[in-house]
Amino acid sequence: MYLDIERKIVLPGEEISLEGMKQGNGIYHDNGKYYSYQMGVIQTYNSYANIIPLSGKYYPVRNDRIIGKVIDIAPSFWIMDIRGPYPGFLHINDTPWKNLDQDLNKILGVGDTVFLKVNEITESRQIWLSLKDAGLRKLEGGHIVMVQPTKVSRIIGKGGSMVNTIKEITGVKIQLGQNGVVWLDGTADKVMVVRNILKYIEKEAHTSGLTDRVKKILEESR
Amino acid sequence: MSKSADEIVYGLKREYLAKICAEGSRIDGRKFDETREAIVNTNFVPRAEGSAEVRLGNTRVLVGIKIEQGEPFPDTPNSGILTTNAELLPMASPTFESGPPSEDAIELARVVDRGIRESKMIDLEKLVIKEGEKVWVVFIDMHILDYDGNLIDACSLAAVAALLEAKVPASKIGSEDFPLPINHVPITVTFAKIGSTMVADPNLEEEEVESARLSVATNENGAVVAMQKGLGGSITREDLFSAVDTSIKVGKDIRKRVLGR
Repeated sequence: MYLDIERKIVLPGEEISLEGMKQGNGIYHDNGKYYSYQMGVIQTYNSYANIIPLSGKYYPVRNDRIIGKVIDIAPSFWIMDIRGPYPGFLHINDTPWKNLDQDLNKILGVGDTVFLKVNEITESRQIWLSLKDAGLRKLEGGHIVMVQPTKVSRIIGKGGSMVNTIKEITGVKIQLGQNGVVWLDGTADKVMVVRNILKYIEKEAHTSGLTDRVKKILEESR
Repeated sequence: MSKSADEIVYGLKREYLAKICAEGSRIDGRKFDETREAIVNTNFVPRAEGSAEVRLGNTRVLVGIKIEQGEPFPDTPNSGILTTNAELLPMASPTFESGPPSEDAIELARVVDRGIRESKMIDLEKLVIKEGEKVWVVFIDMHILDYDGNLIDACSLAAVAALLEAKVPASKIGSEDFPLPINHVPITVTFAKIGSTMVADPNLEEEEVESARLSVATNENGAVVAMQKGLGGSITREDLFSAVDTSIKVGKDIRKRVLGR
């Protein structure tokens, strides 16, 4: 169903007419009227109207696949920067490695990059991470690029169409983290092309027909 | 003090930059001796005696010049005074904190100051109002608005551009305003050592992984007027000589193209 409110840019405090949709994320109501919390774009999903913020920090959600960086080491777990409001913790029991009384530093050191998932968020807002799932691993080689966490779904595209287009045309290996950290591996000039196209998608995320334009740009730069 | 999460560099970024530098390319496609586009906007603050806003890629700095009357130092009674100060505003980068000036801010101010002072850019002896009693004091205040690497070059360029435009407010003491007496135009070019390569005008990502930093200031005659080596890494003889050559070349280009001199 396509609505007039879809893809409309709203400002904080702006009144929104839901047009029969239910109140979703980023919307509050007062005296029977609905208002936006954030500056963002309205998107509807399963009869809910949500506001996707144009920019913002990453808010971890269970089972998100993200890219983290080791910032400190505790006796039995690593403290990771996940670009969220709090650091995440990766316990040795949630990794494929066995702690045979060895120094954790020898497995993952400060500055190491890991592709992992959010395992659990406790009541006290502790974020526990895990490496126990298919495809999760320590990332080696390649380069790291940052994008807005809110734009990651746009970079993936419908059913992965956008990211697959970029992978196919450039031949660069891409690993996207939901937290806006992107890992790229390929030759220097191709990585630069992908980096620039990611910035372009980030800037143009609210416009439509983006995948075709990205395809055109990539094919021209080939 | 432990480092904040933003200050810890992704280990693979360090390896990647060293790898592509060894292969002959840079992260943003520039050549090793190529600097970013510099845009100078003078007279940015109309109420200051002189000012300049400089954009070096995405790095953005603002320099203001204030010229006031003051007492000379007892050991230099017939010379004006030059003071430089830098402020790393927290809005420019997540790693900048408010509070007393950090080590980086002090180093930045001193390197910029040295380039201007040692090149004898300003003829300080012409800034004497009454010998031993009253002289003009030139304040150079640098504000970092956006940090994307290489503050030294951006601030040096902004300070020089602002000084070139600055007017001494002599009408306050009953004579006519006059431009600052300028002898030379120093330009500073900074290099970062990544792996075994020296790259000019490092951006933020390159600065994060550099092992050593070298700033070379040259004047319009191609003479080296000031230098500063930073961080713990080492540089070779060849690195040093190539850096000086590049600095002279880039300095000429910036003087002509950006400052129009």
